[in-house]
Amino acid sequence: MSNRRDFMGIALGGFTALAGGIPALYAMKRSWDPLPSVKAAGFTEVDLTTIPENELMTEKWRGKPIFILKKSADMPQDPRDVIAGGARYHVSIGLCTHLGCIPAYFPGEKKFKCACHGGEFDASGKNTFGPPPKPLVIPPFKVDGNKIVLGEAGPEYLEMQKSGIA
Amino acid sequence: MAHFEKASSITEWLDQRLAITTVKKVMALEYWIPKNINFLWAMGMVLAFTFALLTISGIFLLMYYQPNVDTAFDSVNYTIMSEVGFGWLWRHIHGVAASVVFLVIYIHMFTGIYYGSYKKGREMIWLSGMLLFVVFSAEAFSGYMLPWGQMSYWAGMVITNLFEGFSPDIAGGIMNAPGLVEWIRGDYVPGQAFLSRFFMLHVLLLPLVIMGLIGLHFAALRIPHVNNQDGEEFDYQEAAKLYKEGKTKESKVIPFQPVFLSKDVFVLGVYLIFFFYLVFYHFNFAMDPVNFDPADGLKTPAHIYPEWYFLWSYEILRPFPKDPGLIAFGFAQVAFFLLPFLDKSDTVAPANRRGLFKYWFWIMIVDMIVLTVMGKLPPTGIWNHIGLVAAVVFIALFVALPWVTKNENRA
Ligand code: HEM
Ligand code: FES
Repeated sequence: MSNRRDFMGIALGGFTALAGGIPALYAMKRSWDPLPSVKAAGFTEVDLTTIPENELMTEKWRGKPIFILKKSADMPQDPRDVIAGGARYHVSIGLCTHLGCIPAYFPGEKKFKCACHGGEFDASGKNTFGPPPKPLVIPPFKVDGNKIVLGEAGPEYLEMQKSGIA
Repeated sequence: MAHFEKASSITEWLDQRLAITTVKKVMALEYWIPKNINFLWAMGMVLAFTFALLTISGIFLLMYYQPNVDTAFDSVNYTIMSEVGFGWLWRHIHGVAASVVFLVIYIHMFTGIYYGSYKKGREMIWLSGMLLFVVFSAEAFSGYMLPWGQMSYWAGMVITNLFEGFSPDIAGGIMNAPGLVEWIRGDYVPGQAFLSRFFMLHVLLLPLVIMGLIGLHFAALRIPHVNNQDGEEFDYQEAAKLYKEGKTKESKVIPFQPVFLSKDVFVLGVYLIFFFYLVFYHFNFAMDPVNFDPADGLKTPAHIYPEWYFLWSYEILRPFPKDPGLIAFGFAQVAFFLLPFLDKSDTVAPANRRGLFKYWFWIMIVDMIVLTVMGKLPPTGIWNHIGLVAAVVFIALFVALPWVTKNENRA
């Protein structure tokens, strides 16, 4: 008898868990997802003509800061550079790859320093010191004459992606 | 239906329906507490009372707080602080209590460790206590988001980014495929979705879980009873019998009510004097000045550090490279759960009478204080090295614990 009851208990319990529990968990998970309107956040166009050399400009894209640094001739070139209108730029998401603070740029030392845990990056965004595990992330971009469009993957970006830089 | 006589008093009427006399006997009049304990055993009640203060002050804050990224900051810093009558009082009580509750939790925890109250039948007390600690931490963190100041925003950013380590999409959902971090936030960065869901957690879900866990914690105390200053095991039934026979001097126990409660209330009174002194004259320690700037996603404050009670575990994260740091931090969060299982000794006694464990205990206390201090200092130069050593010592202490305690059984 008791075996039969155990079986009924397990069968009913199992059925409830499958039929009710799993869909409920799925619904809960989906409710925590970012909304479509959030995901569909648009593109940001940045005009590069007026940017001075070795001075950091910060744009905003999808709520995140974007670093744009026009390199002067004496700054080392790097495959990570974005070339637009004949000039070289460092373009990256301005969030430390450690835990996401915004590093500050020091034009004298030509370095980014993160105040949170002491991480440092060079002017090409490569991590040189401290806990950050990798260079600053390059956002999808498309060069359009003297402008770049953030959020759209142009050929230069795809090229970087292929070689593992972006 | 059961048969009910006509009751001759309200007590009798209630007794017939709710058995209140029995309940009172079981829960209070004949809930036996050992005599051989000190004021440290009142910390549990102090915690329960502080949780009540948090709940009451929270309810009043909730009447004017607005969980909206555009209005949250002003609803706290302007409306509640200067428009609502006595709004400042609720805010200061809430802020001070949120900070002081951790001080008392740490005292309560280390009392348990010192007297060996986490083993030999008291494991469930310890585990439910640690769950309370974890959920209280989540409660404090979610509450810290609500004023939507600079520290709220950036602490939210940094702490949610911790979960990136578990998610393959490191670039943060850039290709429209959100990773775990974006899922937690409901956005690419902390925004409205983030504020609303942490508001929900802070005012509803987590307090419910805490109340349930406090119930479990109390229930877990019932069978093993609280420990005492010597870790002495004795027959509670016999001791209770003596007490009920009037031999209160000979008995090793006292009833919870009214005898123990009066002592508890005395300690609580002293605590409340200290507490309200802080609320009225020293509330600033619980209010970070950086959080009086509204959240700005394009400007990180010069130094980001958590509230003091998280500094020790934050410091275990900080001196390591990213992934090892995350593992060390994760370990620090759960390490104390393992205590009853890593301690291989059968002895329940104060640490000072337990051979090597005595050193283990005091090194652990000093190490946690060092970690706390280092967590507040900028992560540069010598501080980084001291922090690293202290973090390694913390982990090493847990790894060594089984060997530290093994030999006690032979003696
Ligand atoms: C934050 C909410 C908490 C509340 C309201 C609470 C409440 C209590 C109360 C009323 C007692 C009995 C009186 C006493 O010995 O102090 C107690 C005992 C105890 N609690 Fe907690 N506690 C909390 C958190 C914790 C935490 C975080 C731990 C550690 C992991 C913990 C571990 C213990 C232990 C080991 C005992 C038994 C002490 C003994 O047997 O001597 N509790 N708690
Ligand atoms: S967030 Fe930049 S070093 Fe940690």
